[in-house]
Amino acid sequence: MILQVDNPVVEVHDLTVSYDRKPVLWGIDLTLPAGALVGVIGPNGAGKSTLIKAMMNLLPVSSGYVRIFDQPLKQVYSRISYVPQRESVDWDFPASVFDVVLMGRYGQLGLFKRPRKADKDAAMEALEKVGMQSFANRQISQLSGGQQQRVFLARALAQNADVYFMDEPFAGVDIATETAIIQLLRLMRDQGKTVIVVHHDLQSASEYFDWVVLLNMRLVASGPTEQVLNQELLEQTYGGKLTVLSKVGDLLRKQEFPAREKN
Amino acid sequence: MNAFWIILTGSLVATCCSLLGCFLILRRMAMVGDAISHAVLPGIVIAFMLTGSRDTIPMLIGAGLLGVLTTFLIEFFHRFARVQADAAIGVTFTWLFAIGIILISVFAGQVDLDQDCVLYGEIAYVPLDLIITEGGLSLGPRTVWMLSVVTLLIGAFVVLGYKELFLTTFDPAFAAAIGISTTLWYYLLMGAVSLTTVASFESVGSILVVAFLVAPPATAYLLTDDFKTMLGIAVGLGILASFAGYYLAVWMDGSIAGAIATVTGIEFLLAFLFSPTHGKLRRQKRVQVVGH
Repeated sequence: MILQVDNPVVEVHDLTVSYDRKPVLWGIDLTLPAGALVGVIGPNGAGKSTLIKAMMNLLPVSSGYVRIFDQPLKQVYSRISYVPQRESVDWDFPASVFDVVLMGRYGQLGLFKRPRKADKDAAMEALEKVGMQSFANRQISQLSGGQQQRVFLARALAQNADVYFMDEPFAGVDIATETAIIQLLRLMRDQGKTVIVVHHDLQSASEYFDWVVLLNMRLVASGPTEQVLNQELLEQTYGGKLTVLSKVGDLLRKQEFPAREKN
Repeated sequence: MNAFWIILTGSLVATCCSLLGCFLILRRMAMVGDAISHAVLPGIVIAFMLTGSRDTIPMLIGAGLLGVLTTFLIEFFHRFARVQADAAIGVTFTWLFAIGIILISVFAGQVDLDQDCVLYGEIAYVPLDLIITEGGLSLGPRTVWMLSVVTLLIGAFVVLGYKELFLTTFDPAFAAAIGISTTLWYYLLMGAVSLTTVASFESVGSILVVAFLVAPPATAYLLTDDFKTMLGIAVGLGILASFAGYYLAVWMDGSIAGAIATVTGIEFLLAFLFSPTHGKLRRQKRVQVVGH
């Protein structure tokens, strides 16, 4: 079930990505609607991160193209933001929380320009949105995992973009941070932003997202959550493994255990 | 007056190297300076053979080209042959340096050059090579003029490109996502390292260049958590080492470059032991307090 939309925010056409000549994504054709909270879901090694990186042109693609707001990526950089995986940077780097959030403004500033007061205000405002304003001068190595994730989110918010790509923002964060983040993402969606999130937890997916992309090297499904998250399509995505997974999931749900993965 | 020129030369080299070194160590590429300073040897020999003179300009061009080629080869081997970055660095610079040695030995009779000069340089000779106007007025050593220009260029590069250098060093993926070219800033930084290395090794030798590229930034890293402060401390430590090293060498009657490099090492050791944030002794004390 692959639903294409009119006037898409993101349009992916015949995208193939390979590492060392071994394809990791095959012929992805995908359109995403505006103002949606989109979950990219699939098993480990399905190419979820690869897909959003390819959408942002961070990886060389073997074939196909991506258009955002019906324009090539190069013309819409200022409208795109990215929240990379937390582990992708060195948190011992000599920088404060505020330094990192201010980086969200660098794209708009252009060459040789220093951040002005408006930029600093925007960075501070973004920190307030994630509830980290009192940490502005804190060195980034002193943050917990959840706080690091909030800082990355604040950096993306400071950019005030229209499309946000987020790579596993819920991985390894505490439940308070997870709740805070999802509330923020819903707020952003309600303001008409499009948020595309790589997510690995099936249990929370139906609750969090309006639109779901199921991926396992090929595109299995893309459409509104209630139409996509069904037994048949999930089995196609996860293969035989899912029967076990879903039974465990049902069992846990009955006993009302929190079923979230914690790293 | 000689002491002044020698310390000034050391301080100029220290300033350039320390500024660039801060970015290099945070990119885990500290040894790139080492690679470039060795790999420029064939460029110098080829420039000499083509022009037949030891003029500075052709040699700088030859060495600069090889420096850029070195960074290109390192990146190429790392990215396309998929060997580790440090292995790519090791293979590239030993190979190019070896070619330089062969060129020197084969054309030994015609080339007035030797490897020792490249490795150790001689900062003590800096005051001997003066620029003298036609009127007989001495304008100071040629090396100091050249290094002053290079220092201005590197300073301008770091100030004007600060936010791009900072961002591409901390989080290249985010930089690329918002449209800041990581490749461009990588090659600009490497070009700046090549320029600095090439301009300084003749006077101070490649060993001191490497020491300045790594030791003051690594020391500053232990002393602060703020990147701008780290740049400032690194430059300060480099200049301090030039002063202290010079007088240490005079006192011991030994090699000036060797003494300066030794001081940078001592600075690192002191920071390692006594840094307020990262110091080993401090940390032990704190643990003891908690224990009681």
